[in-house]
Amino acid sequence: MTPPRSDLRSPPPRGGAASGPAEPDPRRQHGSAETADVLLSAHDISVRFGGVLAVNQVSFDVRRGEVFTLIGPNGAGKTTVFNLISRLYTPGPGGRIVFDGTDLLALAPHGVAQRGIARTFQNIELFEHATVLQNLLIGRHTHRRTGFWQDLLFTPAARRAAIADREQVERVIDFLDLAHHRDTMIAALPYGVRKVVELARALALEPRLLMLDEPSSGLNVEETDDMAWWIDDIRREFGITVLMVEHDMSLVSRVSDRVLAMNQGEVIALGTPGQVQADARVVEAYLGSTQDLSGLRRQP
Amino acid sequence: MRFLFKTDYDQDLRLVKHGGHVFWYGLLMLLLVASPWLLPEYWLTQLTFVLIYGVVGLGLMLLAGFTGLFSIGHAAFLGVGAYTQAVLVNAGLPFPLALAAAALLSAAVGVVVGLPALRVKGIYLGIATLAFGFIVEEVFARWDRVTGGNAGVHVKAPALGGWKLDSSAEFYFLCLVVAVLATLAIVNLLRSPTGRAFVAIRDSEVSAQSMGIHLARYKTLSFAISAALAGVGGALYAHMIKFLSPDQFNIIQSIDLLLMVVIGGLGSVHGAFLGAIFLITMPELIGIAKGVLPDVIGQAPGLKGAVYGLVLIGFVLFEPLGLYGRWLKLRTYLQVFPLYRRGMFKRQKSFQKSDRLK
Repeated sequence: MTPPRSDLRSPPPRGGAASGPAEPDPRRQHGSAETADVLLSAHDISVRFGGVLAVNQVSFDVRRGEVFTLIGPNGAGKTTVFNLISRLYTPGPGGRIVFDGTDLLALAPHGVAQRGIARTFQNIELFEHATVLQNLLIGRHTHRRTGFWQDLLFTPAARRAAIADREQVERVIDFLDLAHHRDTMIAALPYGVRKVVELARALALEPRLLMLDEPSSGLNVEETDDMAWWIDDIRREFGITVLMVEHDMSLVSRVSDRVLAMNQGEVIALGTPGQVQADARVVEAYLGSTQDLSGLRRQP
Repeated sequence: MRFLFKTDYDQDLRLVKHGGHVFWYGLLMLLLVASPWLLPEYWLTQLTFVLIYGVVGLGLMLLAGFTGLFSIGHAAFLGVGAYTQAVLVNAGLPFPLALAAAALLSAAVGVVVGLPALRVKGIYLGIATLAFGFIVEEVFARWDRVTGGNAGVHVKAPALGGWKLDSSAEFYFLCLVVAVLATLAIVNLLRSPTGRAFVAIRDSEVSAQSMGIHLARYKTLSFAISAALAGVGGALYAHMIKFLSPDQFNIIQSIDLLLMVVIGGLGSVHGAFLGAIFLITMPELIGIAKGVLPDVIGQAPGLKGAVYGLVLIGFVLFEPLGLYGRWLKLRTYLQVFPLYRRGMFKRQKSFQKSDRLK
């Protein structure tokens, strides 16, 4: 089985081979694909942990300004794809990840953020023994303008830089309505607020691509609703491209432009939320196939 | 109770945030400056030791308390600084130059020791630094052409041109200036991106990396600054003790230093000095107790070690935030009196972090 290509007619990533023969892909429906400009392109990425092929030859393109969602049952490899893009893992040979013309695989993990990719984590990785404000200021790290000696002496330049960073952080605090929690330690915050703080920290980085790993997990209905508004606003007002992993299909349908469904490390469907939800293989991945009833049979 | 009405971002950057700070820190500085005239000679010496250990403590606090890297071999950096100072001052170099050289050499050694810190974490880093401490102690003992070996080496009084700092009051002021400058440097770092990067590494390496923080660079930097401060402290220590031998920089010294920052309160600048006060006054208190206690306990060997151990266990169990944490609670109690609640400083258990990436 050949994994479906997400965007065959888009120009191949710079500095690499063309993305294979142009087989017609029945799942690809978007007519605007030729003109849309690609921000992030993953090509044939695979990663193996011991005997488990966690991600198997996955390819997809994220277009500038869209919300692109990865869905799939647990263990499908969605978070692994995120970690590959963040350079926490390195894909096997042949894989390529290109972000806006830069080969991400040539970068160290900290270099990814410097290119303008910010992410959140499934299980919240905030700096617990720091305040919300300090967490957000750490998000500004890639924009630092002062060196070690300037920091040590806290020169006027360092003071100006600190205030400039603070102004940017305050914009994010306003946007996500975090003013009430500004000086609270993370360890004292409820889960829902932590989730928002993590989003805020990623936004403070002023990213071009925002990667959200299950933004609604652990949130109640109202908080999920807020999250949906925010994701929509982030894309619309700030023009930030969003790549997310999400399980809540109502949130996915509400905010996503395109959805990529994965199962057991492989791509099984790509298209609009409606198309993917209707796809037979996606239904099979979540609910099991109608032919195979052995799992339902009562064991003797 | 004080409410701060903030109208300017600069208010959050200022070191003295309100009138209370101005008054209390001003009073503290006044007392410190006046102490040569207020305190008897013996207590001035003890205060000088507090300042010296405070400088070393600041360095270790930055490493252990703010970057989350533990060093059980910090006496080695102290020793490198002390011996550098001894050798250079004895060779006739003015002491500011020798002090700078001691700081630089210690920092360089710190960078070398920091390299394994990029690969090993937690207890393994502890073991690596412990081994390093033993190696350096051995070098001090064996390299007798420079260090005088086990016979030790005498250190001349600090001199600059024709001016000699040989009275204890003059030397006290030198230590006071160094301690104040070191504190300012650390506080400045902590309110700027560099310090925040350290804190980020302490709390979540994965996340720090994803925020664009170069782990290797900042961990090495933290080791270098920490070692430099230990080196400066060591240089002052050399002048204070006036005689150096390798056994002053053994494992016990390293553990004392670690004890100092843990009891002072990991993750607080105040903690470094509170810990130093603890470390210096404890032997005094034990000395007093020896006279009162029955001989079976009072004259027992290893009393000091046992007391230190018990105090450490007590702090870890009942006050993990150390002396500074205790002080914060006391201050809050007084500020909000009578509304203090027992649970005010309780934190809820942290949520499970993803261990997938560790």
